[in-house]
Amino acid sequence: MPNYTFTVNGKSVTVDAPADLAMLWVLRDKLGVKGPKYGCGIDVCKACTSHLDGDAFNPCQTPVSECDGREVTTIEGLANGDELHPVQEAWLEEDVAQCGYCQPGQIMAAVALLKKTKNPTDEDIDAIENVCRCGTYFRIREAIKKAAAAMR
Amino acid sequence: MVNPTTRSERGDELPQGGDAPLPAVRRRRFLTYLVAAPALTVAAKMGLDSAASPAAEAIPSLPQLPEVYDLGDLIKLSCEPTKDMLVLEVDKDGTVRLFLPRMEVGQGITTAAAMLVAEEMDVPLSKVEIPLSDARPELIWNQLTGGSSTIRTVYEPIRNAAASARTSMVAAASKKYGLPAEELTTRDGAVIAPNGSVYPFGSLTAYAANAELPKLAVKTKSSSEFKLIGKKTDRIDARKMVTGQMEYTLDLDVPGAMPTMVRRPPTIQGSPKEILNEDEIRAMPGVIDIAMVATGVAVMAETFGQALDAKDALEVNWNPGTIDGLSNEDIKARLSAAAVPFTVPSGLTDFIDAEFDFAPVSHAPLETNTAIADVRSDRAEIWSGLKIPIIALQNIAQEVGLSEDAVTVHVVQSGGSFGRRLFHDGALEAARISKAMGKPVKLLWTRVDDMRHGRIRGASHHKVRATFASNQVLSYEHRVASVKTDWRHGFGEAITAAGAEGIGNLGYTQTIFNMTVECPYNFGAVTEVINEPENVILNTSAWRSVYSAMTRGAEEIIVDEIAAKLGKDPYEFRREFLKTDEARAVLEKVAVEGKWGKNMPDGHAQGIAYHQEYRSRTACLMEMDATDPKNPRVYKATIAVDVGRPINPTGLQAQMISGMTDAIATMHRAGLHFEDGLPLEGSYSQFHYARQKNSPIDVRVFVMPPNREEPGGSGELGVPASAGAFGCAYARATGTKPRSFPINFDVDFEPFPR
Ligand code: FES
Ligand code: FES
Repeated sequence: MPNYTFTVNGKSVTVDAPADLAMLWVLRDKLGVKGPKYGCGIDVCKACTSHLDGDAFNPCQTPVSECDGREVTTIEGLANGDELHPVQEAWLEEDVAQCGYCQPGQIMAAVALLKKTKNPTDEDIDAIENVCRCGTYFRIREAIKKAAAAMR
Repeated sequence: MVNPTTRSERGDELPQGGDAPLPAVRRRRFLTYLVAAPALTVAAKMGLDSAASPAAEAIPSLPQLPEVYDLGDLIKLSCEPTKDMLVLEVDKDGTVRLFLPRMEVGQGITTAAAMLVAEEMDVPLSKVEIPLSDARPELIWNQLTGGSSTIRTVYEPIRNAAASARTSMVAAASKKYGLPAEELTTRDGAVIAPNGSVYPFGSLTAYAANAELPKLAVKTKSSSEFKLIGKKTDRIDARKMVTGQMEYTLDLDVPGAMPTMVRRPPTIQGSPKEILNEDEIRAMPGVIDIAMVATGVAVMAETFGQALDAKDALEVNWNPGTIDGLSNEDIKARLSAAAVPFTVPSGLTDFIDAEFDFAPVSHAPLETNTAIADVRSDRAEIWSGLKIPIIALQNIAQEVGLSEDAVTVHVVQSGGSFGRRLFHDGALEAARISKAMGKPVKLLWTRVDDMRHGRIRGASHHKVRATFASNQVLSYEHRVASVKTDWRHGFGEAITAAGAEGIGNLGYTQTIFNMTVECPYNFGAVTEVINEPENVILNTSAWRSVYSAMTRGAEEIIVDEIAAKLGKDPYEFRREFLKTDEARAVLEKVAVEGKWGKNMPDGHAQGIAYHQEYRSRTACLMEMDATDPKNPRVYKATIAVDVGRPINPTGLQAQMISGMTDAIATMHRAGLHFEDGLPLEGSYSQFHYARQKNSPIDVRVFVMPPNREEPGGSGELGVPASAGAFGCAYARATGTKPRSFPINFDVDFEPFPR
């Protein structure tokens, strides 16, 4: 099996894996990085949303070969030690999470949105497709607005 | 008792099968049950309620069963014998740990439980931990998370346990330091002496455990002393969730448990006959083992990705299932034929007849069915999200041929349930596979399987007849025919045990329906009957709010139509006909805060609805833009909620927002199409659960101040009023009479292969 080398949350790792193995399983089953969640495996629910070179990506539909030499950030790598990212802080202030299963993906999607769009409109927020089966959408919206204000 | 009995008499005519007795027996049994269980309560409260009929004009309806004794009361009764068998421990570092015999799936019950402990023990909330209890068979029925009953059933027991622990700390300090107990107080996790000395609980715990302590009277606080209960409090597990540290079943490291997936039959409840290419699959990269079990063919591999590829490549011959060949239209026809006839004839007065259809809906928790199982020859250990873990333990023990005390079942916090995890399908399957392979397994259901072979809320068909004359509603009749709801996860036995012999004979469905669904209006003679025919058997489980979202949702739509016939405003009409002032209070709250009756642009409308259940009340006012009638957007929602005694308003608001989203999803776009014995839908791109773009931009939830000592339930409360508000807003915005939900229910996708 080929070797692939990339960074996960700032640390360089090398894995031995079939080229087409989805990154979600490389992260979860080979590297023990469990923040990204399985919700559909076909790039629909977005529960696995993480960042590849700083952009949102869905590791369930990204083969490991595509990540070679690149930087992967998962929810575990978002905070700076104990200091949370402003989006995580806003999530706490709005008490967004219910079951919490979608929230790593929601937060990573929101961070990616705010990187590109400093002052997202309601339409911008509407475009986020991450499923929250607990229906926390309204608090997610409020938290994104709060984080945007905090990051200005 | 007239009305409940009337309902049972209607039930007598039902052609029920399964667990239902012969018709002649049923009514006698029903009365037996009423007398057997809560006789005094029922008698006392009934007199009161029927005397207090506030709407002068309306024809008072007799009280319905849930008004005097509801499902939650019965669940509470089932918990009674073991309610105080809670485990609470105090560590040397002052951490207080209460092992909660319930299941957290997002409802926020661990936070509420921590608040109860912190309040009664005088410890900071940050010092309280609420692990979920392993299955404890000695608790009998007191380890069941369902029917929005958790807070109702643990409110007193947890406070008693914490107050008793606090008293032990005082007794320990009193003895250890020779101080009179009555001069000691507690604060911030410590006993405080009159001279100001502070003895932290952690420093007393070892002593308290060993010493013969003086017996002091245990007294819980009166609600006027509460400092924390009733205060907005954030989730105790929120930080773990936003940092990715929260561990769900598949995130646990159980030595040797390898990724496992199952290839499932092409139709519901089919089973495998023979594997055609086993050698080929065993040779695939990463594959470790293959085993045939009752539900399909399991493949274990190094990674889930490889297990998935291998199970997809399997070729299997299958035995047929229970609904092969059946499609949504067939199911609908069978349901329509099964509805019980009305008793009041039409045509003598003004009347409305209406029929409603609600599509099947997947629970679709974001975490699919998952479990870890390690079954050995002499013992087994299971990890899974389980709302009734004792029954899971018993069934698994039987299945793998072990005694119950050789099986340990760990309850793991899960990514949603909505009724799904009342059953233990994943855990049982994982145990079977582990036994067959002789290895620990880590089982994940794919989303496609979870949606197609997981449990669902079955379709239901509703017939409604309301008769009215000169400003009064004379009768309201509602006949529900629903795909049979499976209650075999232990819930049925729990309420049977609590309610004495009669309940099982009535049929779980009719009993639960009778104890949950009620018309809150003075509509004269009210009869509501459910029938679940035996000719559609598939994988069901109670879905958040069970029968209420559809039954009450449809009723609220009809309420608007009656109001229109009588020339009344929907809000004013409800105000006039609601039975109680408490009901009117929440309705008025949303009308005022949500500005009922304001001018709306063309194609936009407001909708208002009310619901009561679980000893709680709520109203919802939605504003909708339906200029595109296939894709209406609720852009604003105002909700009021009265649970009698809110524990955590922040969590309560979250539950109401969540229930509202479920209502929007299932009324607008989320449903399943059965075709040839299997749902076509296999993922969220096909089963259209609401997304951010379907959620209101403005939501306000008003929590009514406490007005009772005992808290009511709330986990499922938000769905029915919001379903009603959605339907009413849609009808008003489009000028139509919506009858079939979800309203936008096209097959707009290419189904996955079977
Ligand atoms: S698991 Fe990756 S998008 Fe659903
Ligand atoms: S919080 Fe449960 S799925 Fe979003």
